Amino acid sequence: MIPAAFEYHRPKDMAGVLSILAEHGDDARVVAGGHSLIPMMKLRMADVPHLIDLQDVGGLSGIEISTDSIRLGAMVTQHDLINHAGLEEAAPILREAALQIADPQVRYMGTIGGNVANGDPGNDMPGLMQCLDATFTVVGPDGERQVPAREFYEAAYVTAREDDEVLTSVHFALPKGGYAYEKQKRKIGDYATAAAAVQIIKENGTCTAASIAMTNLSDTPIFSEAAGAALIGSAVDAAALDAAVAAMTGDIDPTEDNRGPVAFKKHVSGVILRRAIERAWSRA
Amino acid sequence: MTKKQHYTITVNGKQEEFLAEPRELLIYTLRERLNITGPHIGCETSHCGACTVTIDGKSVKSCTMFVAQADGKEITTIEGIGGPDALHPLQAAFKEHHGLQCGYCTPGMITRATKLLEENPNPTEEEIRFGMAGNICRCTGYQNIVKSIQAAAAEMNAAKEAAE
Ligand SMILES: Cc1cc2nc3c(=O)[nH]c(=O)nc-3n(C[C@H](O)[C@H](O)[C@H](O)COP(=O)(O)OP(=O)(O)OC[C@H]3O[C@@H](n4cnc5c(N)ncnc54)[C@H](O)[C@@H]3O)c2cc1C
Ligand code: FES
Ligand code: FES
Repeated sequence: MIPAAFEYHRPKDMAGVLSILAEHGDDARVVAGGHSLIPMMKLRMADVPHLIDLQDVGGLSGIEISTDSIRLGAMVTQHDLINHAGLEEAAPILREAALQIADPQVRYMGTIGGNVANGDPGNDMPGLMQCLDATFTVVGPDGERQVPAREFYEAAYVTAREDDEVLTSVHFALPKGGYAYEKQKRKIGDYATAAAAVQIIKENGTCTAASIAMTNLSDTPIFSEAAGAALIGSAVDAAALDAAVAAMTGDIDPTEDNRGPVAFKKHVSGVILRRAIERAWSRA
Repeated sequence: MTKKQHYTITVNGKQEEFLAEPRELLIYTLRERLNITGPHIGCETSHCGACTVTIDGKSVKSCTMFVAQADGKEITTIEGIGGPDALHPLQAAFKEHHGLQCGYCTPGMITRATKLLEENPNPTEEEIRFGMAGNICRCTGYQNIVKSIQAAAAEMNAAKEAAE
């Protein structure tokens, strides 16, 4: 399990990162927590002649909560998300999701930036970011640009981020209403067989807004607008739940793998979404 | 092949300086270069936790970190937690409550548990199981591992109270 040799860089600022990326192009990649990239390098599935460590780059670890929005620096770890009191209050779905990722050791290292930039359909944060309608900020040689999470994922490991760009933060409006992150996994620490992120708003017993995104059921996360729409205007009764599950099932495209055949994944995704909606509604 | 680089890491309070390739995994640096063989290699794929060490206050699987990333850091391994002459309360409790069978996972278990108890000095059984989820015991002695950690927590809390 020895990766191919590489040259290691630990620049002190973003300008340093960008100039190394510009110089080496495809041959260079950033490493954040390393808990997706290093296993891939050890398996020699990723070849990175120039590894750029972001750990000393300042300004990437902030958690900013304002009256109407939240911004998380790319290097904020899953451990940070779980232990930040303000965040638990402002966006409890983040903590609920982060606690279902991997195990304590991995959560000390794994970052939000690495999790959303990685592009692995198994990662939990991309679906969550789509549920929250987050926007990613990336910086490259031509400066900064913003990409909505719902437009970021193109295929497995293919995202809207260019090779010479670095993701610096994610931001989203303060979530409102009830929430749930529900995940089916084979054992603790595993990637999802199916996971659902739900935010839902209740007014006078009626659902007035619902946002639903699914994880590891296609080669990208799936924001299912139709599933959310199926709940709006209802009292989230049995008929509305059935309609939401049916709409979601139409949007996903699971493939058979060691987590099970397609029919099983469709079944599990329905069970998980139902649980997520019910829990979110009970909290709304 | 990339050239060897000069690295400085502090392990169990002792500063170590050496030349190594950046791609060297920290677990190999510890075991083979520095002869610190407490941390074990179980899976080498980031799953079992046998290689767990503490780096700048975090429990880390040292098979999933390059030596280059650890440059300049402070690392604690099981050797720095306690030894035969002065067992750490966790080590004493694992011994007392049969928290180990073959012992292979034990250095990682205890190193992780020191951090768990630092963050949560009074964990419930459920919190222990969740907080130790990154450490696998092939002998499956989880019941006694939980018991050992609970006993150590009680011991450490009593000692703290007595000192106050
Ligand atoms: C045993 C185990 C279990 C796991 N289980 C889960 C799980 O259940 N759910 C889950 O979501 N994840 C899981 N993970 C993955 C873990 O959460 C990773 O840490 C995370 O996916 C990536 O974050 P990182 O900071 O480690 O990124 P890295 O590994 O450092 O990087 C991942 C990729 O993103 C790129 N990248 C990183 N940061 C940036 C940036 N700022 N800008 C641009 N590109 C960047 C890198 O170049 C690389 O291609 C697991 C990992 C392990 C080892
Ligand atoms: S050897 Fe590092 S996690 Fe198993
Ligand atoms: S005691 Fe044998 S692996 Fe845990």
